[in-house]
Amino acid sequence: MPDTLTAPIKTSTGRALRTEEMVINMGPQHPSTHGVLRLELVVDGEIVVDVIPHIGYLHRCFEKHAEHMTNYQQVIPYCDRMDYVAAMNMELGYALAVEKLLGIKVPDRVEYIRVIMAELQRIASHLIAAGTYGLDIGAFTPFLYMFRDRERILDLFETTCGARLLYNYIWVGGVSHDLPPGFIDKAKAFCKYFRPKIKEYNDLLTFNEIFVKRTANVGVLPADVAIAYGCSGPMLRGSGVNWDLRRDDPYSIYDRFQWQPQIGKGEMGTVGDCWDRYIVRIREMEQSINIIEQALEQIPEGDVMSAIPKRIRPNAGEVYVRTESARGELGYYIISDGSTSPYRVKARSPSFVNLSVLPEICRGSMIADVVAITGSTDIVLGEVDR
Amino acid sequence: MTSQEISEKLKAQFGDAILEVKIDGVLDPYVKVSPLSVKSVGLFLRDNPDIQFDYLMCLSGVDNGKDILGVVYHLYSMTKRHKITIKVDVPKAQAEVPSVQSVWASANWHEREAYDMVGIVFTGHPDLRRILLPDDYPGYPLRKDFKVPEFYQGMKVPY
Repeated sequence: MPDTLTAPIKTSTGRALRTEEMVINMGPQHPSTHGVLRLELVVDGEIVVDVIPHIGYLHRCFEKHAEHMTNYQQVIPYCDRMDYVAAMNMELGYALAVEKLLGIKVPDRVEYIRVIMAELQRIASHLIAAGTYGLDIGAFTPFLYMFRDRERILDLFETTCGARLLYNYIWVGGVSHDLPPGFIDKAKAFCKYFRPKIKEYNDLLTFNEIFVKRTANVGVLPADVAIAYGCSGPMLRGSGVNWDLRRDDPYSIYDRFQWQPQIGKGEMGTVGDCWDRYIVRIREMEQSINIIEQALEQIPEGDVMSAIPKRIRPNAGEVYVRTESARGELGYYIISDGSTSPYRVKARSPSFVNLSVLPEICRGSMIADVVAITGSTDIVLGEVDR
Repeated sequence: MTSQEISEKLKAQFGDAILEVKIDGVLDPYVKVSPLSVKSVGLFLRDNPDIQFDYLMCLSGVDNGKDILGVVYHLYSMTKRHKITIKVDVPKAQAEVPSVQSVWASANWHEREAYDMVGIVFTGHPDLRRILLPDDYPGYPLRKDFKVPEFYQGMKVPY
């Protein structure tokens, strides 16, 4: 019997067919790339031989903008525009970095407000991640359910600072507005409303047979590769690494709350596959609710504006501060030369680093799986390109 | 391990290649090493069983002024839970630093970004292309002497 795998493919006239690798462009305008990302796929039939990501379509040079501002506070709206679906987390990282540079301590009420906002934002961001991931795989309904619930979070933000997407809310030394009257009750009601919804998502999407078939054992990222490539956030935890900056390198007041970081365990397939990365996000939402409920109970009274400096002029020096954004380790490396504007700001964005591992985990998979893998990395191109 | 102990180990291993150690004064302690030694320093820091810096948090290209460019490596150890900052200074006229891509895979894109924005050439990098800007972009925007060109590809740059 001839070896069907190595024997040349014959046409009907008996001539051997010539086979060769083909280059396919996916993007920049492709619904599954979550923005403007171009993936250059080298394929051998249906098998992906190599993936070369081309980024930079949304590049605005945040770092140059930051150097050109006349003071440190003016940089914050630009931070919002990096990761536009988790803007609170981006602001928080920057504010903490400048505060460390200045050596100021913010009032307790501000710390609590920031934690509540950051965790609400994390839920909103994970809802988008999970919803659009279902959309990538072909499930439309969960997307609508998740956007319905995300809307409630955006309403909470809107009552607080007037904006729904880009807030400019967390300032250096404080926040722009105190919580409006009734916010705490509304937030508690939201937590109560949201908890059962996670089960609904699980019934709709997580344990759906088709969804599991498409994501389990696909795009397996081993833990050592994830660490070598600098992956962080749900991407790293999905690979079974028990690592969360909120617990392992605590900032703000995260050491005051009881919660558990979630890791991938390979329940549906291999540890570090797409399903693991997805389930980590779903379970993290529940943990975020735990943190928010505790923070809402503990929040003290106080003045949120009292620590905002009139003039920000740090001494010459430098600082690298990292926080856990919705996508992973968000680091700000700020150099001050003693003037009123930063000398250099480098944003280490989690999506940028997480995306760089994509070729590694796509090689050898099918073309359709590239979509599943890209979706599971949960990139936001505004943050990749900055 | 404290930064003090790490820097002493580095000094014992590399001697003259360690140019400056600053533990206090600035907020983050750093060790400045000579450009040519950076890869061997990286390998030592990653593989020494007492140090184990397996995670490159951040790699930044910086224009330090006075015709000096710099590369800053922020390292972290997932197993030992300590961190250190390594710095390298190179003259602008010959801005070449050995690539650490083979030490930490995450350096690949970070180095491409530093090349793209500040114009530091990482020798031995497998794929040193511009990453964020178009391939034909003139100059390196994060250098302090960069001036926005009036025209790009025949199109007027609005401001």
